[in-house]
This record gives sequence, structure tokens and C-alpha cells, in this order.
Amino acid sequence: MKSQRLVQGNEACAHAAMYAGCNFYAGYPITPSSEVMEILSYELPARGRVFIQMEDEIASISAIIGAAWGGAKTLTATSGPGFSLMQEGIGYAAITETPCVIVNCQRWGPSTGQPTKGAQGDVMQAIWGTHGDHPVIVLTASNVRDTFEMTVRAFNLAEKHRVPVILLIDEVVAHMRENIDWPEPGDLEVIERARPAEAKGFRPFAGDAFLPFGAGARFHVTGLAHGPEGFAVSDEAAAKELRRMVGKIMDRKVELAMADRYLLEDAEVGIVAYGITARPAQAAVDLLRAEGVRAGLLNLKTLWPFPDHLVAEVSERVGLIVSPELNMGQLVREIERAAAGRCAVRAVGRVDGHLLTPAQIATEAMDALRAGADRGMAERSAEGVRA
Amino acid sequence: MSEGYRKFLRMKQLPHVWCPGCGNGMIVKALLEAVGELGLEQDKVVVVSGIGCSGRTPFVLDFNTMHTTHGRALAFATGIKLANPELKVIVIMGDGDASAIGGNHFIHSCRRNLDLTALIFNNGIYGLTGGQLAPTTPTGKRSTTTPTGSIDAPFDLVRLALGAGAGFVARTTSFDHKVMASLMKRAISYRGFAVMDILTSCPTYFGRMNEVAEPYDMVHYLRDTTSAMHDCTCGETDEAEDPVVAGAAALMSTGVFRDEAREDYGTLYGRKVAAAVERQRSAT
Amino acid sequence: MSGAMKDPVQIRFSGSGGQGLITAGVILAEAAMLDGRNVVQTQTYGPEARLGSSRAEVIISKGTIAYPEVTVPDVLLCLSQEAARKYAMKVGPETVVMLDSTNIGEDIPASGRVLRLAITDAAVKAGGRVVANTVSLALMNAIVPVVSRGALSRAIEERVPAKFRELNRRAQEAGEALAREVAAAV
Repeated sequence: MKSQRLVQGNEACAHAAMYAGCNFYAGYPITPSSEVMEILSYELPARGRVFIQMEDEIASISAIIGAAWGGAKTLTATSGPGFSLMQEGIGYAAITETPCVIVNCQRWGPSTGQPTKGAQGDVMQAIWGTHGDHPVIVLTASNVRDTFEMTVRAFNLAEKHRVPVILLIDEVVAHMRENIDWPEPGDLEVIERARPAEAKGFRPFAGDAFLPFGAGARFHVTGLAHGPEGFAVSDEAAAKELRRMVGKIMDRKVELAMADRYLLEDAEVGIVAYGITARPAQAAVDLLRAEGVRAGLLNLKTLWPFPDHLVAEVSERVGLIVSPELNMGQLVREIERAAAGRCAVRAVGRVDGHLLTPAQIATEAMDALRAGADRGMAERSAEGVRA
Repeated sequence: MSEGYRKFLRMKQLPHVWCPGCGNGMIVKALLEAVGELGLEQDKVVVVSGIGCSGRTPFVLDFNTMHTTHGRALAFATGIKLANPELKVIVIMGDGDASAIGGNHFIHSCRRNLDLTALIFNNGIYGLTGGQLAPTTPTGKRSTTTPTGSIDAPFDLVRLALGAGAGFVARTTSFDHKVMASLMKRAISYRGFAVMDILTSCPTYFGRMNEVAEPYDMVHYLRDTTSAMHDCTCGETDEAEDPVVAGAAALMSTGVFRDEAREDYGTLYGRKVAAAVERQRSAT
Repeated sequence: MSGAMKDPVQIRFSGSGGQGLITAGVILAEAAMLDGRNVVQTQTYGPEARLGSSRAEVIISKGTIAYPEVTVPDVLLCLSQEAARKYAMKVGPETVVMLDSTNIGEDIPASGRVLRLAITDAAVKAGGRVVANTVSLALMNAIVPVVSRGALSRAIEERVPAKFRELNRRAQEAGEALAREVAAAV
């Protein structure tokens, strides 16, 4: 039998990072992410790896990008205010195609907000936070076991695609303890970055192969628009490189899509949720089914590139999609776009620092169903056309 | 000095972007001479820069080069050096880069004492953005954001570095070529965080706005606003060369203000790792 | 109050910071895991946990636990008057509500199946008020068995520093003795 451990989400994240081969952490303390840092401050040196506490979050993200070019697998963890500060560095990591992982334990915002209250208000920032079009992958997790797995996957995707990967968890997942089967080496796939066949003549921005500094080639890295050699370009050449960079992530939307499904096969109501909110959503499915409503859950683990096709598939089979989030309606915009008017979409938001309850989600679903029935099919599809 | 430094240039990336009369080229030449004379392995040298006129330096240098974000060069360099201590990491920053937007990283790098060489190309102005006020612009001087003269007190980067705890602190000017090259050799060889404040000329902006527009006059300006070479390692300290006293006389003193042997961060971290690994081994 | 254990079973510990309630929650969760159950443990976090009221919740099930927070507790423990004021009326008719009568006045209203027990007094007699959490755990598990006694003892032993094991063993026995008194009275 697998050995089991009772761990917090943040503990799972820290250990998963080491499992994935993370050998460099730079960070700045912030609630509710600090346990990740505290654990790694002890565990990384014990494995001969690097841990450093930096002077702020800007320095932290900058240091992990530098360390990646020094040859390390790198992580930083933060929360809302620190994540805002890191946007500058995330943009640099994106344009320099630097593999790195950023964990954001979401808390209630904006600004200092409520540091010890969970939220899902950073979804759009994770996707669009830094200026300019840019490639980024955003993942999430709804329980401690997922947090472990998605942390390892975040590293894998960062390495494979040379891209910053953001893992969004939240205060509740970060601090809750759950028993999980503790992964042994080999249980989860760990991907290492591809090295170029030959160091000599290495072109740093010509593909997914990555060579660190001091490994047999000399090259230039810059945050300016650049060509395959790393030197500045403009006009059509700059557009071409940006399209390649963004395209390498967006074109892999299907391959990158990860989701769990619960009772979706025969569903007439689809709840599309993610992160901590997938849990009351799952319980809401049971409540609705007990009321005779065939509900199902699509639990998204990849938030960006947004898995349109998975939502589209649900929208083709249900009359109603319910989108619960701990914010005032962020991912629901993507869901509405993907549903493209094929079904009604009801947003359910909560921003008082508490979790949505199963009853709240189920009540909203029932209410939306009643409203839909009242309006009638014709009107409903007319409304759908506005998208 | 031979033409040996040319092998460290990316000829294809020349010409550089700097204006006629800019002191940056002189600094770069001294840097390349220093690297050549120290016999550093070209592949193991990393030059990291921030944003601004100085930030464009790495483009033309045939090392591993990284042009980072405004003010953060030291933070990137910290990551590179800790990830691979075999690399010789030289950081080039502008004065605004290092002490305004990057001021936090600068003081903490001084405190941390990681083995990095920080070269500040200090022209007392924001050049690349068109001549705005820098934290190093002397009081009373004009810039495009202080058209009637600055009322701000400037930073003295040497005193800032000393106060923040840097182990090696020196200042020179870009026209003092031989002194500059020899100080760079000392700074690069220093094991720990070494800071060089290199006063350089910007005739285009600082000069034009402050009646020293001719490159030749700018060199005179640098000569006339600095005091003679001072070396803290040569025993006697002349009061006039003390940075505080010289500052009061409106002269920037040049020379070496601190050169102390102390354990660098990498050494301390290595020892911490050894202890942690040992603790782990004895626990299992 | 015996019979088949409810599944899932929802437990809420409440009191003030420093009473060791989060530790109690973690110990109970560890014990449930040792019993082969799935468990989710959550707590109030931050300044609230350090200064004012403190809360730990544990949900135990043979199946997967979707919603991680307690909706209607099966067991509620209150160790402080403030906690009792906050939670003692927010329970179901079948909730076993254990109020520490050492700290909570008779006049504080409570709903459900209310037991007023001198928990902190028992802890002091066993060796100190710091073990009120262990007394509570043993007492609760004797009245409403949610984990096996063996698993609870092991979880306590593993979580508690070696020099305090003996003290906690006494606390565990004190809690069980208190439960026997309750059973005798009923």
C-alpha cells in the first residue's frame, strides 16, 4: 500500500517542487504562501540546492529567471500583492522563453485586501497581467493531491515549452490538510528541458531546446523584441517572433487541456468550475441530482490556454452552464465565449472571503433553470446570439 | 595595451548606440582590457545589464550576455551566480538604474555580499529617455524634468554602497583610463560584492543642458568636479579625500574607499549546505 | 450515543488562540488517516488564530470529501465563552455540543444535544491547562467515537514532543474518565 501523508496544500507544493527537480527557489514572505518558502528554506539546502530570500517579489522573480539561465529549475511562490509586483518579471520570462514556475496562493483583493481569506480574483491577472501579448500557461488545483500533481506538471510544462507557468491555488487549498498517497519517485512523470544537439552555434530563441550560460556557447538574452539569435528586431520580424512565441502555447490548447469530469455524461446542467470552487460544485451536483436535476461538473485544471473545446462540448449537451467563482465573474467570460450561445450561462460569484456552499450553487442553478423555463426556448436562444 | 580586447567584441553588433563624446565606450574598453589581463575564460563570463544607455553594453560584448529589466540587473545576476558559481558575473548598471528604480536591489546586494562585480555607469542623468533628472544629478543642475535647476539632493553612490555594507567600493572617471582599468581588475578579482561608481560624460543631455555640451568640456567638467585618487588600502587617509569631506567641498573623491577581505555569500551558503546535508545524513 | 458512525462525520473545535485546537484538529485528522479514512482538516488562520478566537474543523469519510468545510457539525466543542456565543446555536438537532463549563457560563445558550463538562478543570488536574486539547479529544472520541482509540493514541504520541508524552497520556485518560462520568450520569 502507498504511504499516506496528511499535508497542507502549501506543503504538497513545496515537496512536489523538489520531486520535479526544482533546485532553485527565490522568494519574499507573504501570507498565505509563506509555508512553501519556509519548507524549502530547510529542505533545499539539505539537498545541496539553492534557497534565497530576496528583498522583494520583483527581485524574486528576477532571480529565478537569472537562475534558469544559470541552469537551474526554478520556483517562486507568492500571493496577490506580490504577484502584482512579479508581472514585470513574468513578461521578461515570457519574451525570453525562460522556463520557470510561479505559484500564486490567491487571497482576497485588491491591494492588501484580506490576507487570510481565500479568493479566485487573480485569474485574469494570471493570464493577462503583464503588458503586451505574451505566452503563459495557467494551471490550478482544487485539493492537496492536485496541488502536488499540478506543481509537478507546472515544472514539466515550463521545461517542455520554455514558458513561465503560473499555478493558481488559494488560501483554503494552501492551508487545508488532506491525506494523500505520497508519490514515490517514478510515480509521476518528470520532464527535463531539452538541450540542443550541439552547443556550438546555439541559437537561443530558435526552438524549445535550452542551453544555460557557460555550457559551451556564448549568446545574448534580452527583453527587447529579438530574433532567433537574441538580437533586437523590429517590424515584421518582431511580429513573426511574437506570433511564434504566443502560438507555441495557444496552438497546443488541446494538448495542454486538463480537466476532471463528474457525472457529465447525461447532464442537463453543467457546472464549469475550477480550483477550490470545484469542491462545492461537486457537492452541488449531488444536491441537484437528489432534486431530480441531472447535473454534472467539469473541473478545469488548465485555465490558460483556455480549453474552449471542453466547454463547447458541454454547451452542446446541456441547457444551462453554471459558472461559480470566488470573484465577481472572471473566467465566466471565457466560458460564455466558448459556449457561444449554445446554452444559457449563469455566473455565481462570492466575494465575502468565504467559500461558495453547495447549496448556494445548487440554488442558483435551480433559479436559472426556472428563469430559462419562464422565458421559453425561443427567447433563450435569441439571447444566446448576442455573443 | 594591445588590440587584444577586440576578441571580446561582437563585431557584427557594432556600431554601438552611444552618442559622440559619450564616456561609455571608454569604460567598456577598460573593462575588456581588465578581463583580458585577468585571463578570464570567455565562455564563463556573464555580463548582465539593466535598462538605459549602459544597458546596451552587453549587445556588443562577446560573452554570455543578458539585458534585463530596468533596475533589476543585480537580482537577475544573483540568480545566475547562485545557480552556477563557476560563472564570473559582471553587472553593468546606469546610475538611475542602480539607485532609483533598482535602489532596493542595490543596497541588498551590498548587504548580501555575493561574488558579483557591479559597474555603475554614472552620467548623472537619464540619457536614453531624453535627459531627465537622475538621483545622482547634482543639486542646481538642469535636466528635461528640472528645466530651472534641480532642488533634489543627489545620492553619493560610494557612500550609499559603504553604508549598505559592500566589501569593495571604488570610484573613478571614464577619462581616467589607466586607473579605471586597474581598479576594474581589482573589482573583478575581489571575492564578494564589488562596486565601482564610474563617473562618465553625457555631452548630449547633461552637457547641453548645463553648458558643457562639448565632449572636451565634459571631460574637463569631470576633472574639475572630482578630487584626486584616494586609496584606503595605502595607509594614511588625507582628510580632503574622505568622501564626506570631499562631498562638502562639492568634489567627488575618486579612488578605493573599501577593500576588505570577508566571506562572500557563496562561501557562507556552501557551508550552510554542507551542514544541512550532514544533518540530513546523520538523521537517517 | 453509540451506533454506526455517520459518514461523512463533521467535527468543529472552537476556542481561543493558544488552547491547542488546531493541533487537536491535526491529531484527529492524523488518527482518521491511520484508520484508513479520508480526511480534510481546515482552520482559521492568521492574526485571528494568534490573538482571538480559534477554530479547527475535521471532516472524516470513507469516500471522497468534496466540500471541505463543515456545514452542520456532528460534534461541536467549545472551550471559550466567545466561541460558544459564536457557534453553540449554529448546530443541528442531533449535533453533540460539548461546552467547557470551566470557561463557559450556564447562561450561554446552546442548541443540539448539549453537554456541559469541566474540561479545563480536568486538564489542570491531569497536569496543566495546556492539555485541555488532548482531554477534549479523548473525551469527544469516547462519547462520539469517530476514530479508533489506538489510532488516536498513536496520533497523539507522534505529534507531541517526547518530553510531553507522559503528560498527554494522563490527559487522554482524564478525558476518558470524564466521558465515563457523563455516561454514568446519563
